[in-house]
Amino acid sequence: MRHGKLTPPVLRRYGFIFSFLIAPLVLYIVFFVSPNLQAIQLAFTNSRGISPTFEYVGFENFTKLFDDEVFWAAVRHHGVILLAMPLVSLIIALFFSFLLNLGGGQRNGRMAGVWGSGFYKVVFFFPQVLAVAIVGVLFQAILRPDKDGILNSALGLIGIDPVGWLIDPNLALWTIIGVAVWQAVGFYVVLFSAGMASVPKEIFEAAALDGAGRFILFFRVTIPLIWNTVQVGWVYLGIAAFDCFALVQVLSVDRGGPDNATTVLPLEIWRQAFTYYKFGYSSAMGVALVFLVLTFAALTLRVTRRERIEY
Amino acid sequence: MATRTVTRSSGTRNPGTRRLGTRRQGPGVFGGLSHLALFIWTILTVAPIVYTFLSSFKTNTELFGGKSLALPANFHWDAWGRAWEKSNIGQYMINTVIVVAISTFFTMLLGSMAAYVLARYRFAGNRLIYLLFVSGLSIPPFLALSSLYKVVQNLGLLGTHVGVVLVYVAFSLPFTVFFLAAFFKALPDTVAEAAVMDGASHTRTFFQIMMPMAKPGLISITIFNVIGQWNQYLLPIVLLPGDKQDLWLITQGIANISTSAGYEADWAALFAALSMAIIPILIVYVIFQRQIQSGLTAGVGK
Repeated sequence: MRHGKLTPPVLRRYGFIFSFLIAPLVLYIVFFVSPNLQAIQLAFTNSRGISPTFEYVGFENFTKLFDDEVFWAAVRHHGVILLAMPLVSLIIALFFSFLLNLGGGQRNGRMAGVWGSGFYKVVFFFPQVLAVAIVGVLFQAILRPDKDGILNSALGLIGIDPVGWLIDPNLALWTIIGVAVWQAVGFYVVLFSAGMASVPKEIFEAAALDGAGRFILFFRVTIPLIWNTVQVGWVYLGIAAFDCFALVQVLSVDRGGPDNATTVLPLEIWRQAFTYYKFGYSSAMGVALVFLVLTFAALTLRVTRRERIEY
Repeated sequence: MATRTVTRSSGTRNPGTRRLGTRRQGPGVFGGLSHLALFIWTILTVAPIVYTFLSSFKTNTELFGGKSLALPANFHWDAWGRAWEKSNIGQYMINTVIVVAISTFFTMLLGSMAAYVLARYRFAGNRLIYLLFVSGLSIPPFLALSSLYKVVQNLGLLGTHVGVVLVYVAFSLPFTVFFLAAFFKALPDTVAEAAVMDGASHTRTFFQIMMPMAKPGLISITIFNVIGQWNQYLLPIVLLPGDKQDLWLITQGIANISTSAGYEADWAALFAALSMAIIPILIVYVIFQRQIQSGLTAGVGK
């Protein structure tokens, strides 16, 4: 109302803005904003289940949290996942996307991927469209600890004894990380392929012409050129490392076991809320999780910021 | 090797590119190793799925007893029948199709309405509302778990598909608004201005002119939302508790079959149920793989 006059067109304009915003905004506030704000409030209460009565207990939930071994186990697991899962996924994905886009050398004077790259991209991406819950059940069968589990049968062919992929407490978390990598790689192959496709081919061709071998082409030319995309992938996988709920809940023994060896914060948040009905305590864990995720995102953006290469 | 012959022939036609790094590196060895690596990853990707499918035809003696890698002797479909009856996969599938269709429709409708107004109209509070939507991108869904349960319960929507749809739409809005606002902002002003000159109302300009122009972005985000909502597991298990099993969604149903009674000694049926959940996705993926890949990666690429 900059001009102070509510002429019919101005009224119509505001009416239009209002009518378009009201439904999404109300829905979003009721089902997203308000639950999140209430969660912060709940974190300072002893709320149990849907019982309407609760008391404010100050920081009690948080002090309890700091003494909770399971909480710290979960935080440690996020640390391990955060170090291993993005790194392994990105390295494999970078390698494959390089092969699929530039690894074939030059064809008719153009850089090209190895033979069959279209096929590989389709196949590698497929795990990404499967629901994590389905992937969990799938691998439960594959990773069965007895000698008839599919992976153990395959290893049996080369004389390796059955491995307790999910029941060995020292191995279970790594097995779950492996399954997460299995599902993630194809996505980043496609993402990096798109990144490589947006770089003018002449740059790669000029490098090859100057005698750059494949290793130089990969480490000194390709990676710097798509560094932005790699960084985005890193942030995205890092945030995924703070999730892992569905995979651990479905795949691990005893939901986070054996003996909490694979548990993660989202799983504990869910368990505290819907197994023990400790809504207050669960929300305090939620606050801790948000704090961890935002810290990670802020740190990553600070550390990996690097001059973008213009082309 | 195919690559080498192609390289050579192109080299003779195009002398400028003859001195290739690839040649010095020995494309034979490198090409062989790279194909081996790609082949191994292909097997790693495909084998679990093929194995699941084949195992659904096996008998228990074939699944155990040290020869679980062998092909099934006969293609028995009876495990599929048992799985269909026991696991309610069909029911879960229908439930999921209905829920995801409705919630994606409303996500796209409401999301593009909000994004359009926020991207192309200046008014007091615009920036604030935009930031409110976009800030949702950085909040993991786990924070609001207990309180969301309470909110939905208080509205009487717990254990209903309506509740699930409303929550799906709300949780999908941050990303949808963020992405589509950028898309609408990039559309040229001239067309919209011409429409207004011609006397088209704001609403009509939106539905008849701006929406069709934004089609590529709308398709990408629709695919993104369909897959995201189809694969959602956390929200269904919170919002559709165990006593509402007939309303369950596919991810819940599948996760449950591995733990529920009746499957303990019936692995073939479990594999059949898994196959039933995977095969439709596989078919849709093969048909729309290009759109699906670009839709999903568009979400991260921005």
